[in-house]
Amino acid sequence: MKIFGDIGQYLLMLKSMFSKPENNKMYWKEFMHQCSEIGIGSLGIVAIISVFIGAVSTIQTAYQLVSPLIPPSTIAQIVRDTVILEFAPTLVCIVLAGVAGSRIASELGNMRVSEQIDALEIMGINSRAYLIRPKIMAALLMIPLLVVISMVLGIWGGRLAGTMSGIVSGADFDKGLLEYFLPYNVVFALVKAYVFAFIISSVPAFYGYHVEGGALEIGRASTKAVVVSCIMILFSDYVLSALLL
Amino acid sequence: MIEVKNIKKSFGDKIVINDVSATMKAGQCNLIIGASGSGKTVLMKCMVGLFAPDEGDVLYSGQPFTTLDREAKTLVRKEIGMLFQGSALFDSLTVEENVMFPLNMFTSLSHKQKLDRVNEVLNRVNLVDTNRKFPGELSGGMKKRVGIARAIVLNPKYLFCDEPNSGLDPQTSLVIDKLIKEITMEYNITTVVNTHDMNSVMEIGDYIMYMYKGHKEWEGSNKEIIFSKNQRLNDFIFASEFLRDAKDMRMLEERGKIPNDRNMDDMLK
Repeated sequence: MKIFGDIGQYLLMLKSMFSKPENNKMYWKEFMHQCSEIGIGSLGIVAIISVFIGAVSTIQTAYQLVSPLIPPSTIAQIVRDTVILEFAPTLVCIVLAGVAGSRIASELGNMRVSEQIDALEIMGINSRAYLIRPKIMAALLMIPLLVVISMVLGIWGGRLAGTMSGIVSGADFDKGLLEYFLPYNVVFALVKAYVFAFIISSVPAFYGYHVEGGALEIGRASTKAVVVSCIMILFSDYVLSALLL
Repeated sequence: MIEVKNIKKSFGDKIVINDVSATMKAGQCNLIIGASGSGKTVLMKCMVGLFAPDEGDVLYSGQPFTTLDREAKTLVRKEIGMLFQGSALFDSLTVEENVMFPLNMFTSLSHKQKLDRVNEVLNRVNLVDTNRKFPGELSGGMKKRVGIARAIVLNPKYLFCDEPNSGLDPQTSLVIDKLIKEITMEYNITTVVNTHDMNSVMEIGDYIMYMYKGHKEWEGSNKEIIFSKNQRLNDFIFASEFLRDAKDMRMLEERGKIPNDRNMDDMLK
């Protein structure tokens, strides 16, 4: 029964975020701060993961395509579609659930335990609107951007690994990238990125905001937030794939 | 003035506040005292609206508060300042930004005007050259003073202090008590202090409400508390032998100052 209580509380939290800002300038400042934290703060890890995912995809695809009848440019097609459809949106978002999600949960949990959220409420500020809404808005803006960057870097990493190891020439790889390219795949990846961005920001915010206790509970809330976010990402990945592909 | 009217609050089956009423006047320090778990923090949170009481109401200058909607509550809350037990300063902001935060949120003053106001209240709480420091760089007493500065920066009519002396040494506690008392009188604020520090009780307790297991056990002033015959209150206030001896000494002193037996009898009632 607790799960229904949590879902109700989560929905109430989302509803109560939508109130008129006490001061637009302060909300904008907080939004920009969150864009920097979520976007710039996660850029390094996203870049590293994307390049290596692309590189490994190229090598493993080439390892499995043993027939001389299959042209080398096919490797690029497989890497491109795998990176765009799955690796960039899903894998990067799972990593972001760990990086950005745990940060959001622990930040809000710490603010709850140290009474900073109560202090905002006493001042007459809607703490949900001021603390959670900018995080969700920033995630909805920055995470799809990170996913696009991840797509580019993933494909670039694949090309780099292919050419450096002699599996496929640069020209063949570029040719393969343009063959049978479906722009809808990018649209589908971005739809997934928006859904995952909402999960990555709102679920940890829920667990962080409702922490009760001390440092131990902040850690537990942070872990739970990441686990639940990952499960929800994978579940919604399946649902979206079934519905949109 | 704040009036607490028949507040009741339970968590599950446990009754935490049971029919508590009190009148807290402006320009005086109103203390809520009691042992840990007696319900004083819950009562204070009911008063400021962080908890919704099950029954009863809180009136700010005669205006009912608990039944107000969110927007109306926000208007009342703009007249409330609160010092939290752990100061509740925003870790990522400097002292100056912390104190300026309510001004940024609720006023349209220029940056220069806001800065002047911040420096004014920081000077008032005797903090200089701390504007650029972060809360992590401050001592406990300094954090409390920043908390007070942030609480009074919007000129509130009501000031709530939740255990302002917790974690402070006796000397710093006295400084904080003195500051709260001075600010209360200077700005004619209705101050409510939640404490179990006996120095505070004796120093600044213009009105004292003693809570025992969720109900109001005793009320009076710091002058009257010495002569109280309430056993539970005496056990709580004068817990150690040293304090009991001090009480006896103080009673002897007070008796010497009292001009006739009639006043003494009144106080003993």
